[in-house]
Amino acid sequence: MCGIVGLLVKKREQRASLGQLAQPMFTCMGERGPDSGGLAVFGPPVAAPLRRFNLFVPDRHFDWQALLTSFRRAFADRAGDTRITALENHAILLSVVDPSKVRGWLTECDPSPKLLSVGRFIDVYKDVGRPGEIARRYHFDELSGSHCVGHTRMATESDVTPAHAHPYTAGEDFCLVHNGSLSNHHRLRRTLERRGVRFETDNDTEAACRFLEWRLTQGDSLEQALEQGFRVLDGFYTLLMATPDRLTLVRDAFACKPAVVAETDAYVAVSSEFRSLAHLPGIADANIFEPKPEEIYSWKV
Amino acid sequence: MEGLSRPDTPVGQSAVSLDLAKMSLRQVNAWLHHDLASQSPPVRRVEILNPAGMHNLAVGLDADVEVVIRGHVGYYAAGMNKRARVTIDGNAGRGLAENIMSGVVRVKGSASDSAAASGRGGLVVIEGDAASRCAISLKGCDVVVGGSVGHVSGFMAQRGRLVICGDAGAGLGDSLYESVIYVRGRIHGLGADAREEPFTPADREVVASLLSAAGIDCDASEFKRVASGRTLYHWNAAHSSHYG
Repeated sequence: MCGIVGLLVKKREQRASLGQLAQPMFTCMGERGPDSGGLAVFGPPVAAPLRRFNLFVPDRHFDWQALLTSFRRAFADRAGDTRITALENHAILLSVVDPSKVRGWLTECDPSPKLLSVGRFIDVYKDVGRPGEIARRYHFDELSGSHCVGHTRMATESDVTPAHAHPYTAGEDFCLVHNGSLSNHHRLRRTLERRGVRFETDNDTEAACRFLEWRLTQGDSLEQALEQGFRVLDGFYTLLMATPDRLTLVRDAFACKPAVVAETDAYVAVSSEFRSLAHLPGIADANIFEPKPEEIYSWKV
Repeated sequence: MEGLSRPDTPVGQSAVSLDLAKMSLRQVNAWLHHDLASQSPPVRRVEILNPAGMHNLAVGLDADVEVVIRGHVGYYAAGMNKRARVTIDGNAGRGLAENIMSGVVRVKGSASDSAAASGRGGLVVIEGDAASRCAISLKGCDVVVGGSVGHVSGFMAQRGRLVICGDAGAGLGDSLYESVIYVRGRIHGLGADAREEPFTPADREVVASLLSAAGIDCDASEFKRVASGRTLYHWNAAHSSHYG
């Protein structure tokens, strides 16, 4: 069992309250997934060629300034605009350095911070522990942005580590959370690895995330990628995905992993259970429905 | 007890209101299980406020009482119900009235999957839609759905009737035993061994009486009858190559 939540704020002037509305949704679904949790939030983009690199280390007293100094030394020619915003074991590094070079440099650091996300819009926070504590540590209630997706995990198929927590990201500004379990993810992984796709964990969700992102790099729209996904992914899933301009939801043909949607003029909220939506303003008059199996639901920012 | 109030009622009757914003779920269920029986004059009507999608609300009731829940409920609401008449003025999550024994459970909105699962008696009314696996493994309860039902509804249903005023999703009545399913709208596919049979005047009477009991206004002559082909009841050696 796991919990998923997603919120898209329709009105630009209400984006400052995204975290305030989403944090109770996330914390409530902590009861479905008490071992780890994470949230991806899409905010105003940084100007290209800057990118946001979200970094994580297990040590909550990590010296991020030392890392920044080391980064500036390594990329002296391109590190002029580099900044870092750190909060305990999480940091957002803003840099114009190419992602493949940042990734390579990170693997040589000791300890080596994990790269949680890359993009101009996306920030990702995730860790092991009670989701309520994770939300407090990273001040989820203060996050602003157009939309977010969150996940609370009760692991059933692979290890409990920060890297195995969701959301999973692949490429840039794309993330996915999953409630369910895939039974053919090893085969899918081998197929993708032969095509040059690199994996970071042995988790089933990562295979779905990298498969869909790989389809996107092959020229598919997300809808086309998901139609392929319905054919390729074997198992149970409710998947919630976010890109800079969309929040997208699908359930497998059996639809035994729950999802409920509440939509008003002000927001679209998705959750595993209604009780995590009960606090939302205007919920009494919201259009509330359960998504149908193998139908693509996508809301534009 | 904070959260419990006694609204004005006509002489000789008694009603109680329980507010989940002020009481815990456990307090509300404990009141219904234990305190309700010792009230004098007897309480015939209980209203539950602010359910906020909580799970397991009003489960295991065994009392001649009317319970009205104002709002949406979570999983397993009114499960294992005996005698009580429970109305949910909202939507219900998974497993509504699971294993109901008797009484009536009514949802004014829609119900999530597995509504009335393995229900043994009584009546479950869903005025809106029911999701997948509605009336799965039904064992004698009657279910009336005002709207449509999702896929694999009536799966392995053994006894009792399922009346669907709207459409039915794919795999309807898969592996049916002796339950009978009546559908007014479109059937998006029958499950294994489920078959459409002639709709007789006796069927029309059954549907009319269930619609009347459910308080749903709909023409009883417009339904189709789906029942078991009974081909899966016995081992068929000719099919042995399909197994193992």
